[in-house]
Amino acid sequence: MIRNTILAALVAFGMGATGVAANEGGHVIDYSFSFEGPFGTYDKAQLQRGLQVFTEVCAACHGIRQVYFRNLGDPGGLELTPEQVKAYAKEIEVYDKELDDTRPAKPADHFPANTSAGAPDLSLMAKARAGFHGPMGLGINQLVKGMGGAEYIASILTEFTGKTKEEAGSTFYENKAFPSGWMKMPPPLEDGLVEFADGSPNDVKSMAQDVAAFLMWTAEPKMTIRKKTGFVVISFLVLLTSLLYLANKKLWAGPKRKG
Amino acid sequence: MAGIPHDHYEPKTGFEKWLHERLPIVALAYDTLMIPTPKNLNWMWIWGIVLAFALVLQIATGIVLAMHYTPHVDLAFDSVEGIMRNVNAGWALRYAHANGASLFFFAVYLHIFRGLYYGSYKSPREITWIIGMIIYLVMMATGFMGYVLPWGNMSFWGATVITGLFGAIPGIGDVLQTWLLGGPAVDNATLNRFFSLHYLLPFVLAALVVVHIWAFHTTGNNNPAGVEVRRGSKEEAQRDTLPFWPYFVVKDLFALGVVLIGFFTLVYFMPNFLGEPVNYVEANPLATPAHIVPEWYFLPFYAILRAFTADVWVVQLVNFITGGIVDAKFFGVIAMFGAIIVMLLVPWLDTSRVRSGKYRPSFKWWFWMLALDFIVLMWAGSQPPQGMVPAISLIGATYWFAYFLVILPLLGIFEKPLPVPATIEEDFDAHYPPKDASASAAE
Repeated sequence: MIRNTILAALVAFGMGATGVAANEGGHVIDYSFSFEGPFGTYDKAQLQRGLQVFTEVCAACHGIRQVYFRNLGDPGGLELTPEQVKAYAKEIEVYDKELDDTRPAKPADHFPANTSAGAPDLSLMAKARAGFHGPMGLGINQLVKGMGGAEYIASILTEFTGKTKEEAGSTFYENKAFPSGWMKMPPPLEDGLVEFADGSPNDVKSMAQDVAAFLMWTAEPKMTIRKKTGFVVISFLVLLTSLLYLANKKLWAGPKRKG
Repeated sequence: MAGIPHDHYEPKTGFEKWLHERLPIVALAYDTLMIPTPKNLNWMWIWGIVLAFALVLQIATGIVLAMHYTPHVDLAFDSVEGIMRNVNAGWALRYAHANGASLFFFAVYLHIFRGLYYGSYKSPREITWIIGMIIYLVMMATGFMGYVLPWGNMSFWGATVITGLFGAIPGIGDVLQTWLLGGPAVDNATLNRFFSLHYLLPFVLAALVVVHIWAFHTTGNNNPAGVEVRRGSKEEAQRDTLPFWPYFVVKDLFALGVVLIGFFTLVYFMPNFLGEPVNYVEANPLATPAHIVPEWYFLPFYAILRAFTADVWVVQLVNFITGGIVDAKFFGVIAMFGAIIVMLLVPWLDTSRVRSGKYRPSFKWWFWMLALDFIVLMWAGSQPPQGMVPAISLIGATYWFAYFLVILPLLGIFEKPLPVPATIEEDFDAHYPPKDASASAAE
């Protein structure tokens, strides 16, 4: 009884504290993605569209230096053919230490780092942000919804309000998903900005989700094999544990006089 | 204390006798594996095997990870990503290792709280308990330094905050902190020494584990009834015990299987659930994370550290008495380490003659309050120190100390314990009654 009272009081206080912490930003929309849940996998076509959005828009300021061009052909990801990988890499200039100059990239190169505009590297951004934190800041809802990194990125791209403010000589753009509510990045997408070869929808919402999915892949390229291995490991453990359960039951039947 | 009487290894063949006279290694293995174990042990006595597994898992995965890791401030973060992307099954190794730390602490907390409930720390098992506490301290040091190695931004700032605790010690603090870090701030020298120690300490742990097992193999296991195995004769002892092999080996392996199903579900399906997202951003001395938090297993003690702020009257009093030498920061550090020291001293703080909490009607309530307190402190440690959080932390920290320093010593005097079973056999038979009473009487 005493414990229950304390617990109830704690829950009440906790909610109060969360209420204080919440501000105008941080409203992450729970977009749905193909890779959610234990059976989820990447949508190859979506990742390829995401790469195109990244290349034509994001890459102007952001890098993804952890990703190698050859990774674009990896199974479970974009699965480009070796020719497509080569052709894509050729279009991008990378710095070569030995030449002390730039040259067209090869599959063995990694994507260039890009810090020219002071923008963060996006290789791991989908794992470096959590979209969901509830309830009471415990993050337990991540067990159901996932960490929410991709949702966070997609929300950042769709939740600009169009309002701006000047502060200390910089322009800030209001964004309902960004934690503080105001961010330095101007809205990068507009409807129809990227033309997809297959005519897929190119409104802001669709492009935002495509590039968010792509960045989830750059952050966690081994997700498909991870989940596949997981099913094998868990199946094996369930079998082994069942056998151990039966062995234990039989073994203890004597001492427990259940024989 | 004489050991529990039981059958010992007898070398039979010529070779066995030859070897036994020179190195009684088979006898050691036999006596260790066949040790008489109280037959009433419940499912809370399985965490030892889980902990042994966790230690082996961490050493095995860690050795391979170390082959691919580069302890340099410019390369550490990228080398970890290299493991995740380019090393064969590197992602599996790293996720198992990172979550393995959580498995380790999860099991150790249940192991410790089991000991606290069943009075496993009481005479004659004080040494087992103290070695266990030293193991726990070394685990914390190992876990903390391991968390710094990926050189994420929480690694860096966590290291800055925790090593800063040593800087709070009056007089020698600054010098000590510089000496620990190998420089004025967390930098390459710090990363290198943390890597070196993170590799060394698990082997120290392994040695301590051997001593821990040696100690309780000398006294015999505690058990839920808290009464000792009868040692008058082998026959008497056999009525209270079963040999470790096969009875407890198979039982423990089954329990380990259940725990591992949960563990590997975490590793393969939500490997980043317990991690801090900010640690996927490379360390940046110029960008402090909005909210510096340690891993979940340090949160209760982190909450105690933060609980004693300058506006708490005890802190002000101590500050006044010591002429300002003990300020709020140093007080917090003392409280945090003190919270572990009181656990270390519990064999002498608990005055009750009854060992097992099962037969202590008031103790039970205070114990479960302590367990709840631990969880509340864990939550408080994870929250920004605003709103009700500092007050809850302070109440939680106060209860933690009160339990060990006031409640346990007084309970032993004022509590009226319930009758305790005379023997382990009696306790076991109460759960698993003999088929007919006459057969039991004849036994």
